[in-house]
Amino acid sequence: MLEQAAITTIADIVDEAQSNGHTIAKITDAHPGMTIDDGYAVQDELLRRWQARGRELIGYKAGLTSRAKMVQMGVDVPSFGMLMRDTCDAEGGVVPTTGLIHPRVEGEIAFVMKQELSGPEVGAQDVYDATDFVQPAIEILDSRFEKFKFDLASVVADNGSSARFVLGGRPRRPQELDLSAIGIVLEINGEPVAFAASGAVLGHPVEAMRMLVSWLHTRGQSLPAGAVVLTGAATEALPIKTGDAICARFQDMGSINMRVD
Amino acid sequence: MAIEQTLIERLGDELYEAFAAGVTIPNLRDRVEGITIVDAYHIQACMVQRRLAAGETVLGKKIGVTSRAVQQAIGVFEPDFGILTSAMAYPDGAEIPMETLIQPKAEAEIGFVLKHDLKGPGITPADVLAATDHVRACFEIVDSRIDDWDIRIQDTVADNASCGVYVLGEDKVDPRDVDLALAGMVAMRNGEVVVTGAGAAVQGSPVNAVAWLANTLGRLGMPFLAGEVILSGALGPMFPVEPGDQLAMKVGGIGSCSVRFSGEKADA
Repeated sequence: MLEQAAITTIADIVDEAQSNGHTIAKITDAHPGMTIDDGYAVQDELLRRWQARGRELIGYKAGLTSRAKMVQMGVDVPSFGMLMRDTCDAEGGVVPTTGLIHPRVEGEIAFVMKQELSGPEVGAQDVYDATDFVQPAIEILDSRFEKFKFDLASVVADNGSSARFVLGGRPRRPQELDLSAIGIVLEINGEPVAFAASGAVLGHPVEAMRMLVSWLHTRGQSLPAGAVVLTGAATEALPIKTGDAICARFQDMGSINMRVD
Repeated sequence: MAIEQTLIERLGDELYEAFAAGVTIPNLRDRVEGITIVDAYHIQACMVQRRLAAGETVLGKKIGVTSRAVQQAIGVFEPDFGILTSAMAYPDGAEIPMETLIQPKAEAEIGFVLKHDLKGPGITPADVLAATDHVRACFEIVDSRIDDWDIRIQDTVADNASCGVYVLGEDKVDPRDVDLALAGMVAMRNGEVVVTGAGAAVQGSPVNAVAWLANTLGRLGMPFLAGEVILSGALGPMFPVEPGDQLAMKVGGIGSCSVRFSGEKADA
């Protein structure tokens, strides 16, 4: 574990890179002993600063949720990041990417909670009971690391490459869908370019929810009522540029349109 | 310029004999100067005729090369097709004898079963839906009689579109009850998700691929009849299979399908 002084220094670097939109070397270059827990300590420090500036935490995002990515990174749990209210954009509108470095989009399923959820090992039914609705989401990622090169500790410190997100489409009750096989098609400028199903996330996105609640529990926290959770990319992450029209279509859940500014 | 009929027959025989012996042969394009896609379909007809002469019957068609990624990889801008025969069909949950295959790979697809004949040209996607009895989840186990899968379009067409065997899932769904373009597919190998995909990966929608096939067969004067099975194209990337593998898949809104391969896992 790094000293608090090092955590503060890393938070300075990440905060500055995110605010000014420039790349940095992966954190472990300067701090080779950095752990994943250190990465989360950096997130805690970032959150403290962001809240002091009036920003509001409204939920979480899961990352590295595909088996292939976990094997690639040598982990067996997803990574988690924070969702801030001012990074949520409306569907059918323009998503600002000024200040982003190399933005990419992914299609995924969002859970919106109606009840608090906590505990070391909640079941899928517990998640469903506490869920208000699920709906389509587009996540806009932007790694601050040069050429998207990073390791897990670094990407956690960079808040899981979170940049912006869009919720939309048709809200559904999760009990009324087979969330293991929702087809998701991403289109850029009218061209379908990515094809996936929701089972790409740990076989079922509810698994990401269960792991998130367990992880929060280890930190003495719960998933509050009202929270939004992005459960992880089903599609690959596709690069976008200013002027692109993006459409994400979800089987039995409608679609999201957005334009990149 | 088309190649000689005697050469077409010789290559058809060569491919059939490779299939029957379970061996591979060098690709055709480097051996036959100027071989065209039309030549390749003639070779395919000869290869399939040998199987029919051995007692197999025609059960339907498969459509291949339906994704943009695969089309770019082998240098074409349209799908291809092959002939499904009775010896290729396995029931849901079956064990496939590995020794019947050479270098198999799996693709998860949507299968169509027709209730009316389709006679192109001029067939629209709506005509296909109206003529479809039901759709089903299915595995196509593709295989190549060409060394190391070193194929371009002429090679795979001549080799009956790399048909191996196929498995139709038991669940049957009316195409009026599912959004085929957005049907999500999850395929598992030995309990782990290996690929996912969706209907739009197949020519924008699997129904478009079937309409293409109806129109292509119509131009060629080939029949496309009620009762035929059509494997409409891979919903996601194909993946290799090994002895002892257990595969399962699900297509959202349609159903599931599973199959296993004989033999022991090498690392088990």
